[in-house]
Amino acid sequence: MRIFDPHIHMTSRTTDDYRAMYDAGVRALVEPSFWLGQPRTSPAAFFDYFDALLGWEPFRASQYGIAHHCTIALNPKEANDPRCTPVLDALPRYLVKDSVVAVGEIGYDSMTPAEDTALAAQLQLAVEHGLPALVHTPHRDKLAGLHRTIDVVRESDLRPEYVLLDHLNETTVKDALDSGCWAGFSIYPDTKMDEDRMVTILRTFGTDRILVNSAADWGRSDPLKTRKVADAMLEAGFDEDDVDKVLWRNPVAFYGQSGRLQLDTAAPDGLHEGNSILRGGE
Amino acid sequence: MLTSRKELDDRLRGAARAWLDEALAEAAHAAGHPDSDTGSPPWELRFASAGRQCGLEHADSVRALLLLEARAGLPAVTRLYEQGTAAERRAVLLTLDRLDLGATALPLVEDALRTNDTRLVSAAVGPYAAAHLDAHGWRHAVLKCLFTEVPVEAVADLGRRARGDAELARMLGDFAAERTAAGREVPADLRTVLDLTAPAPTSREES
Repeated sequence: MRIFDPHIHMTSRTTDDYRAMYDAGVRALVEPSFWLGQPRTSPAAFFDYFDALLGWEPFRASQYGIAHHCTIALNPKEANDPRCTPVLDALPRYLVKDSVVAVGEIGYDSMTPAEDTALAAQLQLAVEHGLPALVHTPHRDKLAGLHRTIDVVRESDLRPEYVLLDHLNETTVKDALDSGCWAGFSIYPDTKMDEDRMVTILRTFGTDRILVNSAADWGRSDPLKTRKVADAMLEAGFDEDDVDKVLWRNPVAFYGQSGRLQLDTAAPDGLHEGNSILRGGE
Repeated sequence: MLTSRKELDDRLRGAARAWLDEALAEAAHAAGHPDSDTGSPPWELRFASAGRQCGLEHADSVRALLLLEARAGLPAVTRLYEQGTAAERRAVLLTLDRLDLGATALPLVEDALRTNDTRLVSAAVGPYAAAHLDAHGWRHAVLKCLFTEVPVEAVADLGRRARGDAELARMLGDFAAERTAAGREVPADLRTVLDLTAPAPTSREES
């Protein structure tokens, strides 16, 4: 089974996670830039983070046989801090990088005017760079947030097939799919969406334009949720082709619109031999 | 190993070849107008997308050609390194010795040697480091290769710089002792470098 996790924050995860993900079938992932839990206070902090998404993190992933791509953006939460908004001006030099496959995560957190401005500006940046956009839907007031997001996408020049609306659930899936955008589901332990509810959604809405991710980060989360959804799908009577479509071909089709996916990573070789991730033999 | 312009011309076809021609023309234009180096000229944006335009296997070579064609100076190489992905940083490091920079770009090599990314470490120990790193920095670079398992063949001019270096020999001996004390294997490359630290026969005769 091959798995593409289209949304996972590996910066916050360990090499044990990389190994377990590889063993579970994960061969490619996209790491969206986002909030780090601790608010940043200057653009330089973002640049160091973006540089890590383009440098160290792909190196770590490659040591475990996983192709690493990223999305770059000013996230909605920190778009509200005027100390951070100059990040928007620096985004063009990041959006030309070979492994940047979308603008993201953008979208709404608290639905403020500053978030309106950042969302619209970054949808336009996606158009200018020929990139899709990963759009986070808010955790609070989600349905209203989804409707407002779809309105802003419609007003933008970015075509809906270039937009992935993420963190959806039973209350938002229909409107998201009706908008023509792709629909992303983040599977968490116990809370916002779980694997059995995901299977029910797939039974109801089919497998077209639907992506499943773990959204694993520094919070309570599980980087193997993609595999658990695959197993739940098989148990519920979906066949292997359905699983491959949702967990591999759909994310490849969506992010492939960037023209920048590189999926031919070498299998990990001698992981137990020394390498710099394993503290360089220290 | 970097591929020459002529070999790239033979290997690249269609859009990739046209892209390379345009990119190199932009770089050559920048070389002819050095005073305009106040921001990022167009060829520097090409530097970022070289991999997807010409194929990842040619990215290092294409980026090196762009740097050479633009006759990139210290502001440009520093900007491209600092604002680059690991792949772009690697290409800068691989080209430093062919640019007219003297020792001024040494901070980039030192930055790369502080990382644990073996792609950067191996690119940092090329001819530029051999020519310009001081003895202390160079010895630590060699030790870093042993620690991170970058093959020491990557270290340019290893034999010449190691010859008769008693301090390097001491460091290698201590590292081997530390490994042995821990019940761990001593890297085979350590023995290779240690052998190279022996004084040259001629200097032995002189002493």
